[in-house]
Amino acid sequence: MASKKDDDASFNNFYNNKTTILQEARVFHESPISPRKCRALLTRVAYLFYSGEAFQAQEATPLFFGITKLFSHKDAALRQMVYLAIKELSTVAEDVIMLTASIQRDMQPNSEVIYRPNAIRALCRIIDASMVQSTERFFKAAIVDKNTSISSAALVSSYHLFPVSKDVIKRWVNEAQEALSPRAPSFFNAPSTSYLGFGSSAPSTPSYQTVPSSSYISQYHALGLLYSIRQQDRMAVIKMIQQLGGGKTGGGTTLKNPMALCMLIRYAAKVMDEDPNMHKQMFDLLEGWLRHKSDMVTFEAARAIAEMRNVQPQHLTRAVAALQNFLSSMKPTLKFAAIRTLSSLALIHPTVVAACNTEMENLITDANRSIATYAITTLLKTGNEASVDRLMKQISGFMSEISDEFKVIVVDAVRSLCLKFPAKQDLMLTFLAGVLRDEGGYDFKRAVVEAIFDMIKYISACKESALGHLCEFIEDCEFTKLSVRILHLLGIEGPKMSQPTKYIRFIYNRVVLENAIVRAAAVSSMAKFGVNVLDATVKKSIGVLLSRCLDDVDDEVRDRAAMYLRVLREEELQETYVKEDSVFSLAALEAKLVSYVNDAAATSEPFDASSIPKISRAQAAQDVARPSSLDTIAVAVTAKAAPVNLAPQLSAAEAQSQYAQQLAAVPEFAAYGPVMNSSVKPTQLTESETEYVVSCVKHVFKAHVVFQFNISNTLPDMVLENVDVIMQPTDETGLTPLGSTSIPLLTAAASPQIAYVSFQRDDPVEYPLGTFQCTLKFVSKEVDPSSGEPEEEGYPDEYQLEEVELGASGDYILPSYVNFNSEWEKMKAGPSQTETFALSEMESIKAACDSLIEILNMEALGGSDQPTSTTVHTLQLGGLVAGGGGKVLARVRMTFAAGQGVTLELSVRAEQEAVCRLVMSAIGG
Amino acid sequence: MGLSISSLFNSIASLANWSKDKETRILMLGLDSAGKTTILYKLQIGEVVATIPTIGFNVETVQYKNIKFQVWDLGGQTSIRPYWRCYFPNTAAIIYVIDASDHDRLQTSRSELLTMLSDDEEELRGVPLLVFANKQDVDGALKPGEISDALGLAGGETGREWSVRGSCAIKGDGLEEGLDWLVNVIQQHK
Repeated sequence: MASKKDDDASFNNFYNNKTTILQEARVFHESPISPRKCRALLTRVAYLFYSGEAFQAQEATPLFFGITKLFSHKDAALRQMVYLAIKELSTVAEDVIMLTASIQRDMQPNSEVIYRPNAIRALCRIIDASMVQSTERFFKAAIVDKNTSISSAALVSSYHLFPVSKDVIKRWVNEAQEALSPRAPSFFNAPSTSYLGFGSSAPSTPSYQTVPSSSYISQYHALGLLYSIRQQDRMAVIKMIQQLGGGKTGGGTTLKNPMALCMLIRYAAKVMDEDPNMHKQMFDLLEGWLRHKSDMVTFEAARAIAEMRNVQPQHLTRAVAALQNFLSSMKPTLKFAAIRTLSSLALIHPTVVAACNTEMENLITDANRSIATYAITTLLKTGNEASVDRLMKQISGFMSEISDEFKVIVVDAVRSLCLKFPAKQDLMLTFLAGVLRDEGGYDFKRAVVEAIFDMIKYISACKESALGHLCEFIEDCEFTKLSVRILHLLGIEGPKMSQPTKYIRFIYNRVVLENAIVRAAAVSSMAKFGVNVLDATVKKSIGVLLSRCLDDVDDEVRDRAAMYLRVLREEELQETYVKEDSVFSLAALEAKLVSYVNDAAATSEPFDASSIPKISRAQAAQDVARPSSLDTIAVAVTAKAAPVNLAPQLSAAEAQSQYAQQLAAVPEFAAYGPVMNSSVKPTQLTESETEYVVSCVKHVFKAHVVFQFNISNTLPDMVLENVDVIMQPTDETGLTPLGSTSIPLLTAAASPQIAYVSFQRDDPVEYPLGTFQCTLKFVSKEVDPSSGEPEEEGYPDEYQLEEVELGASGDYILPSYVNFNSEWEKMKAGPSQTETFALSEMESIKAACDSLIEILNMEALGGSDQPTSTTVHTLQLGGLVAGGGGKVLARVRMTFAAGQGVTLELSVRAEQEAVCRLVMSAIGG
Repeated sequence: MGLSISSLFNSIASLANWSKDKETRILMLGLDSAGKTTILYKLQIGEVVATIPTIGFNVETVQYKNIKFQVWDLGGQTSIRPYWRCYFPNTAAIIYVIDASDHDRLQTSRSELLTMLSDDEEELRGVPLLVFANKQDVDGALKPGEISDALGLAGGETGREWSVRGSCAIKGDGLEEGLDWLVNVIQQHK
């Protein structure tokens, strides 16, 4: 088999080698032309193009010019081949415009030749926008030509030309509409037109026009063109769909071409998706098409219904029935199409698809493995607990016969099944463990390992044996990545098992047998046993094993071993390095580190990690979780929804490092030291469509506050000079104005630019709050439209901006994860404050939680942002105060009573007295 | 091998071999709007057709006194002139068309012609040249003699047969005479 393939390849290489063909192209220059030879060579050129061979412009251009010479020969078969080659060459060769005159000659209505459609199709590849206009009369006539191939060629060409010259082609809409109506081959006289209309021969009936087409394919092409022309106009599209849809039963449609109907169905589905008001009407049309006699149309309609957004089971019955019909069809394509659609539908509505279970079970033994795989995975989703055993047996039977790609699909299906029927976990685990031992690539093995991970996570009953299977797997695992992940999991889960020691042997084997990466992971894993297993003898044994690792050849392995040995000896280190359940927000850490590294002055002091917000491990894991795994198991595990407020934090961290760069460009701010905090996102101080668009970002320094104004001038015919922002505090703020930077010249082209206003904090310990009125002050000058230069004279102007507020939220406090209960106890001795507030406006506990989290900009801990009761709730919040203010914790006890709103008792514990006042004022103020 | 036999064959019986099947390849060149396409179709079908500027080329077979010419009418616009030389190989004769009423561009036309006839163009060495001083019906059109002087072919062009003739494509004047001359020269040339 393989050798035969090689033979073919070498033959092809010799015969259809690009170099050979380019050399043989001299046959085009011979005189007289040999049509047979040229046609054979053109076929090989076309073959090269179709098989993906790339041509350079300097190769294609001479070839192209050689081919142009063949226009002197009248052989029809040669000319058709010439057109095929030209269409391919037109994209790479230069100066293809040279053929315009010759092609237009071949396109003429009086040209009684078979290659007229070919010429029309080639023309659109070589002309540019400037020439479309000159072809208009010709195209309009060709679109309505009674010959389908000419009409189709003209429609397809117009479709391709549409993006090039929209305005011209929009005028062809009537002709396209005419082409859409079904025409019995009528004798319609195309107007004999214009250029070179010198036909002297009597109009005879050309032989090639006598074959009437029965496929109505030009309807498909006309529909495509009409949609391109109308797609910006939704009403026109809807009207078109309704006219062509043929009423509620679909019987009255004038479209006879099934592909045209399929396109119409797709347009209808798109309209339905975009415009909820049209949902009912379009859905009725789709249901009508379900009864169409063409399989293609029926399937397209069924699929459109199955893929509707938020589709309800009652809408699906008929579509599923249609698909069910296809399942017992003789044609593999139909079976495949139907089962694939059902398979994705089963993710959302397994009960609806379950109606097809009988048919799908027959497909399990289908000769086509792709169909069988889809059938099985779909059955796994729709099946009930009783049928699972039988299915699993069948799957195991053919796992070795299918490709890795399908194996992954099967494994994913089994994985969701495990979570759906935990009682069957034994069976599933045996299956997974079995396939884990089979041959397979990384993606397949990863899918299996992740499925087992999920089982360990959600089904506690299977933990012990699942871990056992994983241990066996890593004994002979060729994928380092998987070994490391399994070792990590063993480290977490192993110590909680009844016999932790049995895992240690497997892990230590890795230290002996594997590469450095796996050895390092094994060391970390063992250390977790050392810390978390209470048995003193185990601790001692781990110590011994780790000491052996001190002799490892790899630095990382030795370092980890040394570190963990120390950790094992010292209790409090264990808290930080092994048991700690929070990690730094990596993005924030990175931003701080970058600014630390870039700031030469900062290197005299150690990096201060305490100002970096923390997130819980669960959150960090969510961040890196495979989205597809969530998709797969989302069906089974609905209770898994957890809020992810990680995303804004990430972007904030990125924004911070960008701000830091901008601030670094202003020398005055260098003395302020590093930025403690910058507001998360810019506050808009203007409407977005005004002449000047201004947004504000607040930067807090140790003893200063800097307001950054991003100012855009949106008027191209105005320039602004000496742009300043004047800030006027509305009352006492505890801030002393220091100065500001202005923008010397602001044009529309060079917008936005930044103006800064800086203040000194009177007392660096206090957290000044306040509101400022802001005014934009500038000299505006008009731009002379002829020269583009601003005029000499300008006039001073002012522009009122919205107020800027400096508040607790976002300006001083960052959300940070801590273990609330232990930290709350620890901070008992520190400054604290408690007050009661009545929020009569609040409509529910949940609304109060949301707004508190937003106002205080703190992290909700222990899932307390999801109140379980509607009347009483305690919200726990953790945060970090910018500028070395340390941790801050808040406990909010809330009660809700209808009519009175939410009453809350806010307790704050912080490392500094001022922080408590800050938090209180954020709510109270 | 094939080539040598056919050339031998040609030289033995050049006239007799000028059979009906064999087409003689002729290039028709000249600046834009000189009248090349009009001449082509006047020759082919005997009618004056409405033309638009040729973007690219037209190629037609023209039957003249039992002789088949394959006439290549190449567009004369500035952008297309560089491609003329792609069509030089295997040419039996050149027809160069000049708009005799266009005094301003006569020099341009001359320099295009001379570039083509220069020794650099191997492919066209010794190929006979027929110049049509077209549009003789227009008032103020230069006579063939004047065009000939302006082109300066006399004395300068020794490597080939050449002739400058007046023509009027719309009426068909001068075209036949020109082709008669060309047929003669080509037959001798063989």
